[in-house]
Amino acid sequence: MIAAAFFYLFSGICIASAVMVIASRNPVHSVLFLILAFVNAAGLFILMGAEFLALILVVVYVGAVAVLFLFVVMMLDVDFAELRQGFMNYLPVGALVGIVLLCELLLVVGAWAIGPGIVRTVVLPIPPAETVTNTEALGLVLYTRYVYFFQASGLVLLVAMIGAIVLTLRHKPAVKRQNISDQLARKKAAIIEMHDVRPGQGL
Amino acid sequence: MNPAVEVPDLAPALPEIVLAVGALFLLMVGAFRGNGATGFISGLAVVLLAAAGVLIAMMPPGTATTFGGSFVVDDYARFFKVLALIGSATAIILSSEFMGEPERRRFEYPVLIVLATTGMLMLISAADLIALYLGFELMSLSLYVVAAIDRDRVRSTEAGLKYFVLGALSSGMLLYGASLIYGATGTVSFAGIAAAASEGGLPLTFGLVFLFAGLCFKVSAVPFHMWTPDVYEGAPTPVTAFFAAAPKVAAIAVFVRVSVTAFPTIVPQWQQIVVFVAIASMALGSFAAIGQHNIKRLMAYSSIGHMGFALIGLAAGTTEGVQGVIVYMTIYLAMTLGTFACIIAMRRDDGPVEEIKDLAGLARSKPGMAFFLAMMLFSLAGIPPLAGFFAKFYVFLAAVNAGLYTLAVIGVLTSVVGAYYYLLIIKTMYFDEPAPALAPMRFELSAVLTVTGLFVLLFFVYPAPLVDAAAAAAKSLY
Repeated sequence: MIAAAFFYLFSGICIASAVMVIASRNPVHSVLFLILAFVNAAGLFILMGAEFLALILVVVYVGAVAVLFLFVVMMLDVDFAELRQGFMNYLPVGALVGIVLLCELLLVVGAWAIGPGIVRTVVLPIPPAETVTNTEALGLVLYTRYVYFFQASGLVLLVAMIGAIVLTLRHKPAVKRQNISDQLARKKAAIIEMHDVRPGQGL
Repeated sequence: MNPAVEVPDLAPALPEIVLAVGALFLLMVGAFRGNGATGFISGLAVVLLAAAGVLIAMMPPGTATTFGGSFVVDDYARFFKVLALIGSATAIILSSEFMGEPERRRFEYPVLIVLATTGMLMLISAADLIALYLGFELMSLSLYVVAAIDRDRVRSTEAGLKYFVLGALSSGMLLYGASLIYGATGTVSFAGIAAAASEGGLPLTFGLVFLFAGLCFKVSAVPFHMWTPDVYEGAPTPVTAFFAAAPKVAAIAVFVRVSVTAFPTIVPQWQQIVVFVAIASMALGSFAAIGQHNIKRLMAYSSIGHMGFALIGLAAGTTEGVQGVIVYMTIYLAMTLGTFACIIAMRRDDGPVEEIKDLAGLARSKPGMAFFLAMMLFSLAGIPPLAGFFAKFYVFLAAVNAGLYTLAVIGVLTSVVGAYYYLLIIKTMYFDEPAPALAPMRFELSAVLTVTGLFVLLFFVYPAPLVDAAAAAAKSLY
């Protein structure tokens, strides 16, 4: 009963904020509504018992991606009102594509069934949710059976980081940087000058 | 309550681990010592690659799998790994002049090549679709960055961006195909797919087509070749030499492994794709290269054509065909590295030149270089008794024995067409009015040229070791 109430609460807010993402005039508001949609989707995941996915959604999408969006929206001077011009002209085509996609999705979901041969080939069965939380279940295989993939993905991310630095970082000689050892090595005598200032005269 | 954790056997993956840890170490050296240490790091990178090669050579014979069957080391993997390491190490050696210029000195370059090589080795050993994808990404991401390494030159950044966008597209296709295959069979391991795919079926074939599209992009086979000429021309020449050598070897290796180990039950389905791709690549490689003036663009089309020839062996679908592919890629590697050593040496005092007409009269100013380059080009054209002839001979023989007569005949005809533009360069070097002389060839370039040149020239004297090793490697796949 309570679960059902929360389900309708989360999904209602999620859909409403998703609509507001595309409806609001101010792009910053759009991003904030997007964050609200993510948080509510995370709530839906928790209701399903997928607490790992829920927290990942909050950490990755809210914590990183949405904040990145916010930065981009605030730093780029994009005139969204101008971008929306001609929106009504494209609406019929867009709506048609949307309806076709919706029909296809309904067809796919309606006819969806797991093939009989697939159950036989499953490498690792999913442990029952009562005995192992899904974070623990993922952790048990991620660092043991799939350690190779885990490490390989780490290397791929490392290459991405090196690439971004190689291609974009420029050291400008004119920029002054903080050098802590220089700061600490300064002596009092070199930087402080004592003056005996007489009253009414100044330096 | 936790099940006992089984530590995977790390010994078969030791070369990859050494390369990955070594790359991290080189990165730290570079981070602390700056771009001034580029030469030192390049040297260490070559040593690292050589060490990995020694580790591979010292591995016990036979087939070993680890990481739950995702990683396999057999004779086939060892052979191709050594080839890829040779290609990468030579590419670093060929880059030493380019990386020596102060404004271009970037210590990340050798590190990225080592990481790309790690990706290649993972790719060659991949025994399931996830390992294949991760290997491809590790290799390709490093290649995108390396293509744009000369970031202040518009051509280089354009090459990097183009490669990245199209490469991302092809990775998407590869993943889509992999997901369809997973959906159809319920497993990602090649052996599991082979067992589950006994009856074929439409979803599986669909996935196969997308997977092959992604693979064809990585080996730059027609119709997924469009990026090749632009990237080859735009990237700095030593980087182009690297692109043309080791990544091609690794991609062909995994192409053959996927086809042979994951889809042995539906050979007719993929055979027709490979036959089409081979014919289209050979034809485009031969005809499109005729109009090129830039030697790097010409080499791009040439490599497209050579991938077509190598795929003939795969199209045969037999042990003999795989042996042909292995021999072909070995000889291709030698010919490509030798030719690029000459192209890198094409520079005057005011900078590098890359037009074919700049080679005019080379035979008079530099008879040695002209002779070896002519031998390389004769070999690329497939003229006996040079090595390139034997490369083509083995794949054509396999195709004929497999009953693919049309394919073999088209292959011979296109190689005749291809001979035209190779001979045109030789004619330019020997019979045209001399252009201003090129700067003297650096030691490491002439060393690479001499070694590969002697290999190409003298292969026919004693081909048995390579051919036998290739036969053993091909047998381990079946």
